[in-house]
Amino acid sequence: MKVMQPLLLAEFTATSCIGTGVAPTLASLVGQRSGLTRCDFETVKIDTHIGEVAGVDAQRLPAQLQIFDCRNNRLAELALRQDGFLDAVEAAAARLGPRRIGVFIGTSTAGIMQTELAYRARDPVSGALPAAFEYGTTHNSFSVADYVRRRCRLEGPAVAVSSACASSAKVFGAARRMIQAGLIDAALVGGTDSLCLTTLYGFHSLQLSSSAPCRPFDVARDGISIGEAAAFALLERTSEKVDGDSILLHGVGESSDAYHMSAPHPEGLGAKRAMQSALNAASLEPGDIDYINLHGTGTPSNDRSESQAVTSIFGPTTPCSSTKGATGHTLGAAGALEAVISALAIRNGLMPGGIQTTRIDPTLTAHYIKENRRAAVRRVLSNSFGFGGTNCSLIFGRAG
Amino acid sequence: MKLRGYIGGIGVLGPGLNDWPQTAAVLSGKKPYAAAPTVLPIPAMLPPAERRRTGRVVKVALAVALEASSSAGADPAQLPSVFSSSGGDGHICHEICQALALAEREVSPTRFSNSVHNVAAGYWSIATGSMRESNVLCAFDASFVAGLLDAMTQITVDQQSVLFVAYDTEYPPPLHAKRPIPDAVGVAMVLTPERTAGSIAGIEVALTEESADKMTDPELEALRAAVPAARSLPLLRLLAGGVAGRVVLDYLDVSRAAVQVQPCT
Repeated sequence: MKVMQPLLLAEFTATSCIGTGVAPTLASLVGQRSGLTRCDFETVKIDTHIGEVAGVDAQRLPAQLQIFDCRNNRLAELALRQDGFLDAVEAAAARLGPRRIGVFIGTSTAGIMQTELAYRARDPVSGALPAAFEYGTTHNSFSVADYVRRRCRLEGPAVAVSSACASSAKVFGAARRMIQAGLIDAALVGGTDSLCLTTLYGFHSLQLSSSAPCRPFDVARDGISIGEAAAFALLERTSEKVDGDSILLHGVGESSDAYHMSAPHPEGLGAKRAMQSALNAASLEPGDIDYINLHGTGTPSNDRSESQAVTSIFGPTTPCSSTKGATGHTLGAAGALEAVISALAIRNGLMPGGIQTTRIDPTLTAHYIKENRRAAVRRVLSNSFGFGGTNCSLIFGRAG
Repeated sequence: MKLRGYIGGIGVLGPGLNDWPQTAAVLSGKKPYAAAPTVLPIPAMLPPAERRRTGRVVKVALAVALEASSSAGADPAQLPSVFSSSGGDGHICHEICQALALAEREVSPTRFSNSVHNVAAGYWSIATGSMRESNVLCAFDASFVAGLLDAMTQITVDQQSVLFVAYDTEYPPPLHAKRPIPDAVGVAMVLTPERTAGSIAGIEVALTEESADKMTDPELEALRAAVPAARSLPLLRLLAGGVAGRVVLDYLDVSRAAVQVQPCT
């Protein structure tokens, strides 16, 4: 990709197990609090920890959108209601026109739990799924993007990006292209993934989930903790009058591993390529990055491969950490959630230390920080990688 | 900025549609359409161990991606890609949900890895050695135009050639009753920013509120209406005819895509 025009992160919000909205999210990061708890989700019987968002089941969708009702869209609804986000989108639509705002939402499993539940309630004779079960507006990957566009009354191009755990980082790339092409003037980007049995039992079957809260970069790390989250942002073109404190998206870098469906490239070649490509798009040097928010899932192979990739570009001194010890791995929502955490890091001069980790693996050469650091943070690089060997790095920074 | 570029290679697979030359003959009226179950080739481009693990969604996507990139004379390892599908692998989804409904809840790790929506893009990258970026999209019934728009923005904004692959496969019962996609359909195109020796036609895409064009043949119209990737059939018919023209393709409730084509002869 050529050098990109920076885009304004005009609004943003995030809801995960560490907070509903940005203020409690920031407070948890400052207080180094984790939202991970022992798994008691639904009827799941797995010895693991999860990052469950409080109050999702109690959410209600607007009456005219009841056909979208499922845990995933309830989580999206809960998140959209925070931080004045819905009002800000409405104001943007009034200013730019609803046709001029696109919707790009990342998800890995959307509302697949509706189908899981429907399979438990099949007709004993015919095997049919319950009549009330709706596929397109709950299970289908597009359902959450469609819900968000209808909820916000936006009429521009809309799409779900579903490339596993890189999904909601890659939405920034798709939105960037469409804004730059002039098809739209702004984009509602984000990610939503909710707890479900497919991912809890699936990662367990691959022996990739830890029984303890995940410990990224720890010498004893042994897997992920699955979390859920919804995070959204409004991306717009920058104008000359943009405030110095504003947060900009400077670069997007994407790549593929060409290696394996569920294991990262051992030397992190794909990850390295994504980070380098993001730096190129932003016209920045590695030394311009103050803090790296790692993908840092806490599996032995991910952290080893990512550490090598980071060190090969940034050397051993750029502070980096994973916030997944706090939030869990929120899968298709991780990119957007960590984009918001990156924005909070810049706005508040905070490099969030990686919690849950007690002894950093001495064989990992990246400069992993466990304690919070208060320092000026001008630019942050955030990594998201997924099954299928899909990688995406984002660079955010202060406008002034 | 206009979304404008060139089509440099096409791949097609569907019920009674075996490749682009045969599909073009059917769509231009030179051969009759004979509906038959989609024949999915074994992806010989994958290593044998990986080949065994691939389901129908990977087979259809890889087959059309390979046909399009080969006929364009493009090196697939150098092409960024856009994969757009209205659903993941329906058979895997069925197996997993069935397993989760039983007391043991034994999910196969391979099935879980292959349940991701980007499974075809992942195997394409492994098969071709491509480390280029790959965007994987879903817009339910609007998936073809959603993918086309993303691919067109890549060629216009970043001035780079891109492989665009749209594909759908059927869900088995009982999900089939809720999502009645009848069979596998795949359509792929290599899109380039500049005209090349192998360019088939110039293409320009814009949003419109006009209604989508339909197929005159009732069977092909039924296919168009039933499978999101087959929403491309009016465009393929125009390309098969080899004359300049304009078609409107189905997209979202509030908008459609107007596609203008100029053959490179």
